Amino acid sequence: MTPFEYAPSLEGTDNVKIESKNKLFINGKFVAPSSNKYFPTINPATGETLAQIAEANAKDVDLAVKSARGAYNKVWAKMSGRDRGRYLYRIARIIQERSKEFMVLETLDNGKPIKESRDVDIPLVAAHFFYYAGWADKLDYIIPGKKVNSLGVVAQVIPWNFPLLMAAWKIAPALAAGNTVVIKPAETTSLSILLLAEVLEQAGLPDGVVNIVTGAGETGAALVNHKDINKVAFTGSTDVGKIIARSIANTNKKLTLELGGKSANIIFEDAAIDQAVEGVINGIFFNQGHVCCAGSRLLIEESISDMFVDKLKTRMNQLRVGNPLDKNTDIGAINSQAELTKIKGLIQTGITEGGNYFEANGSTLPSKGYFQNPCFFNGVSSAFTLSRVEVFGPVLAISTFRTAQEAVSKANDTQYGLAAGIWSEKGSKIHKVASQLRAGIIWANTYNKFDPASPFGGYNESGFGREGGRHGLFPYLEAK
Amino acid sequence: MRTITVTKEDGSSVAIMAAPIDEVGANERADFFTKRSMKKESKLHALYLAMSMCDLTTLEGSDTPGRVRQMCEKARNPVPPDLINHFLQKKSLRPIPTVAAVCVYPSMVPVAAKALQGTGIGIASVATAFPSGQAPLDVKIADTKFAVENGATEIDMVINRGAFLSGNYQQMFDEIVEVKKACGEAHLKVILETGELGSYDRVRLASDIAMEAGADFIKTSTGKINPAATLPVTLVMLQAVADFHKRTGKKIGVKPAGGIRTSKQAIQYLCMVNEVLGPEWMNPHMFRFGASALVNDLLKQIYKEITGNYYYDKAFAID
Repeated sequence: MTPFEYAPSLEGTDNVKIESKNKLFINGKFVAPSSNKYFPTINPATGETLAQIAEANAKDVDLAVKSARGAYNKVWAKMSGRDRGRYLYRIARIIQERSKEFMVLETLDNGKPIKESRDVDIPLVAAHFFYYAGWADKLDYIIPGKKVNSLGVVAQVIPWNFPLLMAAWKIAPALAAGNTVVIKPAETTSLSILLLAEVLEQAGLPDGVVNIVTGAGETGAALVNHKDINKVAFTGSTDVGKIIARSIANTNKKLTLELGGKSANIIFEDAAIDQAVEGVINGIFFNQGHVCCAGSRLLIEESISDMFVDKLKTRMNQLRVGNPLDKNTDIGAINSQAELTKIKGLIQTGITEGGNYFEANGSTLPSKGYFQNPCFFNGVSSAFTLSRVEVFGPVLAISTFRTAQEAVSKANDTQYGLAAGIWSEKGSKIHKVASQLRAGIIWANTYNKFDPASPFGGYNESGFGREGGRHGLFPYLEAK
Repeated sequence: MRTITVTKEDGSSVAIMAAPIDEVGANERADFFTKRSMKKESKLHALYLAMSMCDLTTLEGSDTPGRVRQMCEKARNPVPPDLINHFLQKKSLRPIPTVAAVCVYPSMVPVAAKALQGTGIGIASVATAFPSGQAPLDVKIADTKFAVENGATEIDMVINRGAFLSGNYQQMFDEIVEVKKACGEAHLKVILETGELGSYDRVRLASDIAMEAGADFIKTSTGKINPAATLPVTLVMLQAVADFHKRTGKKIGVKPAGGIRTSKQAIQYLCMVNEVLGPEWMNPHMFRFGASALVNDLLKQIYKEITGNYYYDKAFAID
């Protein structure tokens, strides 16, 4: 009898049309970069070039900011909240209608498994636009007794891990609040936001309200440092976040930063074990571990540690690493060669420093493209690199604790403070521990749950400001 | 954490930990298996496998020897020979398997035994005052013995939910032990009737007690109560089986029953068994479907996979 297995089940790519040369989106039009320079974007699952992307220089950025300023003064700031909301609703609906194109494009350009772009990324993108569309005409009530004003032109720089979702997190609240936007996607993942530009056109959004400049660090620097920007919103690494914070000191620009993390997933002995195992898997291996709030440190109560780690190994060997377009793939491709090299380097460091290394062996990795098996280090001390440095990959650091107090002190022993997970069937314990954790997001008996109505953001070097919910509008408003 | 203790016949006691189950998490995990995609040869293989795992069931007050004989005929020859055989030969595919067993009331066991003589198809009989289980123990034992003596190879007993829900775990445990003795060589499937238990925590606890008491299989439902089998309830039972196997080395089978009508559902269950318990459970000795309508849907899908076309429903005998 043949063994029970899954035949390849590939999502079709015929519905996606990728331009060979992708221009900038400025003032409602696709325009060539003034330098006429383009750079390639790679499909990380194959290593092959998908398309060429325009490189915006300071001149292009200036044009984009001017167009945003014009749109702000002439149209968007004057428009009623109700009318702004109508555009946002329209955008949300078109995204839903075209969700298949978006999910395939996102998977091709980013490397994430199709089931995640299908079930998580794209539905959440639409949900964010829907959510903030509802706020646009209710801003008079957001701060009781006060009226609010928009800020002006907002510069937004977003990462490659959730390309379109991060664009939605940034654009939707900014527009709802009445600001106009110049946004720069990460250089490895520009395609989905350029498709969003098409959707904005389709929705009839006035020219210049959203401008998209593609490029790498230099483009980002030109944007953030542009004189006519009122606010900067950045999601990405802590290192770049610090550079931005320094560069806009002594200006009037407002700033929110959503940076890295080294979040703790705390498993108490009275947890529902099988569901906790699943939560750990989801916490660290979701999106190949390219998640700022990934539960990358696992703290297990010592009394159940061996049993728990055993179950974790069994479960990890079930994870299917491979072609992201396959509907049965659980873990897709690492976004770029640079990231893969960095992850492999940190794994080497982990091996050198000590700690029991385990790498799942359930899949044969594809011969092309950038892939990493899910893995963990057990018995990691708090001083080890892997307990402190954000890997941003499918690498988990495991250690144990004896008391709730020790769990809290270990969880808080980090430069970051983005998220945490608590697993226990004892409600009082969850509340007590949660109140002592220094983390912006705390999940109880679940992990990596996102909802547009729920604020997201960090403590310490994980950044400041919140995105999502009512709180996510405050950085885009000022009270009169 | 809560631990319950039951005493065995030899006076030794068994401690069973009431392992908590998070309902939201279990539902989410079960939902994951509805997203697996089965295509082409792997789908055909899964359909064949599901077919071989079916317990073709009739459990009605209106069952008659005639109806049971008819169902047994269906069990022996699920496929009208003219319909598929030449396709199988043309593509050199193996013959479509028969079901694993038929499942009937004890009074119908003699009829089924005669009809299925020499076929290798199992004869499962519900016993122990199915479906309520509300009868004295000696009646349940007599019920079981009657079925076994008349040719039942498998006994599907119901647990004493009254005892379980009132916290009388010892009574529930003892009844399973006694019925197991009455079974002799016959395999014992213990029906938890999960739709009456009220929580996944209790499904887990009942699974653990049943396995400790000697169940060869644990089964979700009688089919007489709604909800019957669901993916998450079955998942909780599969995980109990995995833990029991780890602890004792014993491999216990699982049988979801009731409400599984389509091939699509059956494949979701198979994906789940495969990913939770692994290949050792992917056979009729370790996993069964309690179903009747499912068989025809499997045939319909097998026909479609082999020929590329759907055949109209009437082509397959109802039972």
